[in-house]
Amino acid sequence: MASTTAGAAAATTPSSSKGALKWARRNKTIVGGSLILLTLVVIAILAPWLAGDPLQFEPTNRLKRPSETFWFGTDQFGRDVYSRVIYGTRISLIIGLCVAVLATAIGLVVGVLCGFYKTVDTILMRVMDGMMAIPAILLAIALITLMKASLLIVIVAITIPEIPRVARLVRSVVLSVRGRPYIEAAISSGTRNGRIMVRHILPNTVAPLIVQATYVCASAILTEAGLSFLGAGTPPEIPSWGNIISLGRTFFQISPWIIFFPGLCLAITVLAINLVGDGLRDTLDPRISRRM
Amino acid sequence: MSSAEVVLRVKDLKKHFPVHRGVLSRVVAHVQAVDGVSFEIRRGETLCLVGESGCGKSTVARSITRLEEPTAGTIELNGVDITALNSEALRAQRREMQMVFQDPYSSLNPRLSAGDIVGEPLTNFDLAQGAELEQRIAKLFEHVGLRPEAVNKYPHEFSGGQRQRLGIARALAVNPSLIIADEPVSALDVSVQAQVLNLLIDLQEEFNLAYLFVSHDLAVVEHIGHRVAVMYLGRIVELADNADLFGTPLHPYTEALLAAAPVLEVDGPRERIILQGDVPSPMNPPSGCRFHTRCPYVLPECKRTDPPLLEVAPGHHVACLRRPVGDSGAPLSIA
Repeated sequence: MASTTAGAAAATTPSSSKGALKWARRNKTIVGGSLILLTLVVIAILAPWLAGDPLQFEPTNRLKRPSETFWFGTDQFGRDVYSRVIYGTRISLIIGLCVAVLATAIGLVVGVLCGFYKTVDTILMRVMDGMMAIPAILLAIALITLMKASLLIVIVAITIPEIPRVARLVRSVVLSVRGRPYIEAAISSGTRNGRIMVRHILPNTVAPLIVQATYVCASAILTEAGLSFLGAGTPPEIPSWGNIISLGRTFFQISPWIIFFPGLCLAITVLAINLVGDGLRDTLDPRISRRM
Repeated sequence: MSSAEVVLRVKDLKKHFPVHRGVLSRVVAHVQAVDGVSFEIRRGETLCLVGESGCGKSTVARSITRLEEPTAGTIELNGVDITALNSEALRAQRREMQMVFQDPYSSLNPRLSAGDIVGEPLTNFDLAQGAELEQRIAKLFEHVGLRPEAVNKYPHEFSGGQRQRLGIARALAVNPSLIIADEPVSALDVSVQAQVLNLLIDLQEEFNLAYLFVSHDLAVVEHIGHRVAVMYLGRIVELADNADLFGTPLHPYTEALLAAAPVLEVDGPRERIILQGDVPSPMNPPSGCRFHTRCPYVLPECKRTDPPLLEVAPGHHVACLRRPVGDSGAPLSIA
């Protein structure tokens, strides 16, 4: 175990360019997925230069096919689908990243407390179980209908159902680690609980958490698209892949490009994140990949 | 030695583990892992706890450090009853009582460097910081026979014996008065065992430490112990000075235990006592003397009366009905 983690650490920090190349060849999924993600991030950042105004109505150019002026065609209001898809990248990535970070952070705290204190565990885990019993998309819709739709509310609404999954993962790691003799050794040498958690237990959760965070990120992007499709997601003045698809579905048969391009981007993004997640899991925890 | 101050006084220590069964996990029984154990350890003295697997010797050690909460009894460390302390007060007392664990592989955090591991107790009690901390860690490394340059290495870079030295250095860091060692050498090769035992003996002389040394290995106990307590089914059946116990064992279980240990038989085969049957379940221990089901000298009386641990000769305690104190003050012989 110790030698494999050392090996993974050595592999993730290649010392020379030759080593980096070797590492990249062995981890094609991580490299491929990261490259796609990097491109998407660049697109999101450079959106104002890459695309026109995504909200500009041009009633004369309604439902145009993809052409040289409108690469991805136009929608029923004559808005450029290309510009909308490019700007939609921002929303998807922001939501994916924010939800992954928030859900991981909150889930980590909840999981560590539950794994460490039995009384907290019995109370908090029942709450988590209750949250897991509600379908994520329904909970999100309920939260959004209660409050005015905004990006922040969407992020919060998607984060809440993801927390229990992270918390369960962290809790299981904490439970398996806290019985180890080195934790008992730390207790008997007078280490305070907070220090035991941070110094002896938390490092063990990092590898599974990174992997889990990528899955949370991918699922958050999909949930946001689903919510937007149902009309409960990001407000219509902010273009997101979900609400582009939602608006385009009525014209699906005569102008399929309105939903094709955002759908394609959505699929590519989620695929890229999952590739990175799978690759990270394989390098960070070789035991799981061998089992599968 | 007997006039030295008492470091640890354990009185009537009990640890019962509840057994849960069924859907509602009701408590259906208790495993009486430790059932009324009393002893004292003085400064500079080693008390060995011996017995076969499952007799409760490790549970005694873990209860004293309160890694397991004792069910009943008192544990006095330098006169302070630590069974009643809350967690912060207990943490403060841990400075006086450090532990060395059995498995040198899993008792060291693989993600921390050797220096961090050894220095952790010092940081816990705010005893040293910065350069002073590094200095004290280097000194501890020297004390246990490790090169001070090794502070930046990680546990997997050390051998088993070196790792146990790290564990000992960690225990020594805060200058405790008592070190509880739970089978500290049983995971090591025999040649390394001797080195670690001699290190423990040297450190004891240097720092006047008291040891509670848990072991199942009689050869090890004979080498390191000043006094020995023999445990059977959660009780101490015999407690005596090292020489007395190995020279004139008074409890039939001790006799059997000594007879089972391999020795060179120069003067022809020894008379051996071979125990019949298994150890009874600690969930439902036998009535009367707990050893009566396997005792070769069992009397009808043994099934009814639970023999108390009595001092039958100076410093020699035994719990056996066949060892009443005679008129002369000397114990009567068996049979």
